[in-house]
Amino acid sequence: MNPSATEAVNVTDKPGQRRGKGWLLLVPGMLWLLMFFLFPTVQLFFTSLYDPSGSFEQGYAMTWHFQNYADAIKETSDLFVRSFLYAGITTLVCLLLAYPLAYAIAFKSGRWKNVMLVLVIAPFFTSFLLRTLSWQAILADQGPVTGFLRALAILPDDGRLLATPIAVVAGLIYNFLPFMTLPLYASLDKVDHRLIEAAGDLYSSPFTGFRKVTLPLSMPGLVSGTLLTFIPASGDYINAELLGTPREYMLGNRIQSAFLVEQNYPLAATLSLSLMLLVVVMVILYIRRSGTEELV
Amino acid sequence: MATAVRETAPERSASRPRHRGWWRWFTDNIVLLIGIAVLVYTFVPIGYVIALSFSKPSGRAASAEFETFTWDNWTTVCEPDGLCESLQLSFAVSLVATVVATLLGTLMAFALVRHSFRGRAASNLLIFLPMATPEVVMGSSLLAMFVSLGFNGALGFITIVIAHILFCLSFVVVTVKARLAGMDSRLEQAAMDLYANEWQTFRLVTLPLAMPGIVAGALLAFSLSFDDFIITNFTSGQSQTFPLYVYGSKLKGFPAQLFVIGTLMFVVSLLLVVIVELWRRRRPT
Repeated sequence: MNPSATEAVNVTDKPGQRRGKGWLLLVPGMLWLLMFFLFPTVQLFFTSLYDPSGSFEQGYAMTWHFQNYADAIKETSDLFVRSFLYAGITTLVCLLLAYPLAYAIAFKSGRWKNVMLVLVIAPFFTSFLLRTLSWQAILADQGPVTGFLRALAILPDDGRLLATPIAVVAGLIYNFLPFMTLPLYASLDKVDHRLIEAAGDLYSSPFTGFRKVTLPLSMPGLVSGTLLTFIPASGDYINAELLGTPREYMLGNRIQSAFLVEQNYPLAATLSLSLMLLVVVMVILYIRRSGTEELV
Repeated sequence: MATAVRETAPERSASRPRHRGWWRWFTDNIVLLIGIAVLVYTFVPIGYVIALSFSKPSGRAASAEFETFTWDNWTTVCEPDGLCESLQLSFAVSLVATVVATLLGTLMAFALVRHSFRGRAASNLLIFLPMATPEVVMGSSLLAMFVSLGFNGALGFITIVIAHILFCLSFVVVTVKARLAGMDSRLEQAAMDLYANEWQTFRLVTLPLAMPGIVAGALLAFSLSFDDFIITNFTSGQSQTFPLYVYGSKLKGFPAQLFVIGTLMFVVSLLLVVIVELWRRRRPT
């Protein structure tokens, strides 16, 4: 796209890559990320070290108060545990639901493939909040699911679904399902059918064939799907707010109210950064362990 | 797996010849059946949204139960205060955010896939981090920055758009990058060999080949932006996008017209997909 790049075509590093001024294309986007992502994050770090005795109106004194972290984590350890627990269960159940679905679309749908793909996304064209509201109606005490489970005596007669952890996790699972299905589908769709047939020809049972051929080949999709589900689920607070009670509140609820209601900026910043750090560390360990680098 | 199932199924059914037909069909299609069941489950809340859009509200607010059938909600869509204004704002925000994020993201993807330079790993990391950051963290850090820069009174359209471009950007880069990485660069070399100059090659070969990735990235950006609540909630000040409007009506009760909008969003986007698909099929490739 610029003359020097043409001359440099011969010094390609990887096929199709060239040296030159091509990196300039990166500049506008990078500036955006630096100004609106990196800078606020660094600023958030400083905010988190303000002296907690200040207030939003009177201003805060910078005292490098690292104690904020210990205090915040001690005070909200149950929220951290609950957030990661809910997000973990959500990710696991999403995987169990999305894998057969993605597999069916990739291998079994024939000429209905495009139709099924559209059907995967279609429910999510409606607003996230409206979908969660309709779960509120479905899981309500007079709703069909509660009535059905009470009739089967799975739930006691005064048992509830709404305002329990089950409702919150069910909402999370529903809302993040396509984030698991689509990457899994993308990976499974690339799997060469002949490899699976070869496994069968070599007398592997369908299950062994799946475990040794299909599953490993779908790992990139599985890794990015679990990340795309776990990360937003761990920071979500809408499902807990609309489907649960303060007993089910997650870390996101606390950060939200610390920022927007109490305006306790040091606490909110401390919690935000702790959440971000924990998530990033988990993500990096997970990517290392699963040996998939192509995500980044 | 398909062939393997076919091999084992006859052995099993040999002892039970009566079941042969359906048993075999069942083992062949069990995954498909589970997949369809999961799909049906994802449509349950949509059914509720559509049903509630025709439900006559008992009091002022829509209740969770279906009461009496009515068309009223559909004829009075814009009646609740601020509902249609919030939709307009959402469209404006998403359009601007999508255009800017797609442009910046596509340029970045080209740079990362097609050019070698120092600081690539750092660039990749900076693009990846926003995706690994929970929305509540990104929203709160942006709010803190806007407040400290004295934007407190001016939170609104501009700050929402800045935030939306930010979280859409990484997703566009990843989507376009995936497309570019799978592209055959020999096609461009061939164009150059046939005396096309840089710009012609880009316009006639590279761009059309990259287009599906760019369109996918733009669609992803639009839907992420249009549906975003958490980050918008932090950066919006007094402005209300549609998701914020829905959330805001929690206290006074949800107007039934919300479910009309929900139904429309579902139907219109589904129609768009169908039209695009038909158009794509009719066009000779």
